[in-house]
Amino acid sequence: MGFEVLAKGNNALRLLSGLGVAMRISLISVAISIVVGIAIGVIVAGRHPAAFAVFRVYLEIVRIMPQLVLLFIVYFGTTKALGINLDAETASIIVFSFWGCAEMADLVRGALLGIPVIQYESAASLGMPPLMTYRYVIVPQILRRMIPLSINLITRMIKTTSLVMMIGIVEVLKVGQQIIEANRKSSPNAAFGIFATIFFLYFIACWPISRLAAYLEKKWEN
Amino acid sequence: MDPEVLRSYVPLYKEAFILTLETGWLGIAIAFAIGIVTAFIMHFRIPVLAKIASVYVELFRNTPLLVQLFFIYFALPKIGISIPARECGAIGLGLLGGSYMAEGIRSGLDAVGTLQEESALALGMSKRQMFMYVIFPEALSISVPGIVANVIFLLKETSVFSAISLMDLMFTAKDLIGLYYDTTEALVLLVVFYIIMLLPVSLLGSIVEKKARYRTLGV
Repeated sequence: MGFEVLAKGNNALRLLSGLGVAMRISLISVAISIVVGIAIGVIVAGRHPAAFAVFRVYLEIVRIMPQLVLLFIVYFGTTKALGINLDAETASIIVFSFWGCAEMADLVRGALLGIPVIQYESAASLGMPPLMTYRYVIVPQILRRMIPLSINLITRMIKTTSLVMMIGIVEVLKVGQQIIEANRKSSPNAAFGIFATIFFLYFIACWPISRLAAYLEKKWEN
Repeated sequence: MDPEVLRSYVPLYKEAFILTLETGWLGIAIAFAIGIVTAFIMHFRIPVLAKIASVYVELFRNTPLLVQLFFIYFALPKIGISIPARECGAIGLGLLGGSYMAEGIRSGLDAVGTLQEESALALGMSKRQMFMYVIFPEALSISVPGIVANVIFLLKETSVFSAISLMDLMFTAKDLIGLYYDTTEALVLLVVFYIIMLLPVSLLGSIVEKKARYRTLGV
């Protein structure tokens, strides 16, 4: 069935380190998205019409453009247009953060605007200063809404990192292809074993995280 | 940017556009069919089948389409199942989409209250009538926002078809960049064609969502 190639040399280890590359790209992008996304979300929730208009366009671009198209634009386009030679990993982190920031900002905006005015008024009537209101009333509610959704974003980013092989990053799929090529003669069925393993690896990486998100969402529903 | 080059590229993109669209919508149709069946199985907790359905949903929701396509296209032939690239793309998209649609439709079914069922039965409807005329339409309109989001997501996912050598929009763009190095023109057309493909769906989606919201509120 082609699983025997995994035991040859350090093939199994190479596959895992390929997955490591994918994880690294997604975690860096998620970190950037959370920090920058929250800032953008807070600004947009200020209901400034110009900021909102710009944000709508940004959101629509992210909503309809496939991530792979954005990767092509940043990776191939910037070299040509700006004369900058980006390495593929930086290009993919830029694209993933561009996408993640939009999603995070929209979540923050929705959560902030979703909190009824009465919450602010009640806090004020209890004599809380604004800073205290945010610290003890508003932010905890927002976090409960946001944490499950941002965990979900992590799994979606991990899944989308599979695309970066198309701009030449050697991640788990690319390593898999290399192993299959190298063992073409000795194990002709390597494709089955390798791709089944990669399928399983992605599942193992994403499934626990999605379960966690689902669990938290249920727990904090009210 | 050279308008001459743009003009000479357009026919190539048009061909790729049609192929992408056909394969994409076929995949979405498969996804919808799988999604409805799976959602029913999960909602009614049909023994054995419900277990299989939830394994399928978890497996396909937690792996990338690219990996699924590689498995179907490169791995399955090794155990004697060969599927041509186009069918492979549609089946892969259908399986991925089915798992997302199933979750969306199931949560819609779960959200319809038991009061609705009881009222329908009290009016003398048969179980089948109750389901066809009361529960399913309501569940569907509750799931509309999710379904619209899934359709857009699936149309975007078609961009990975090029990896199994389907000559779609991405394939054409990459090919032209490699051949002639007119990067700007190739990328501009790529973006334009994806906008043509997705902007109408996105706009139409917002309208349908609004309509569905009114229906569920009964306004």
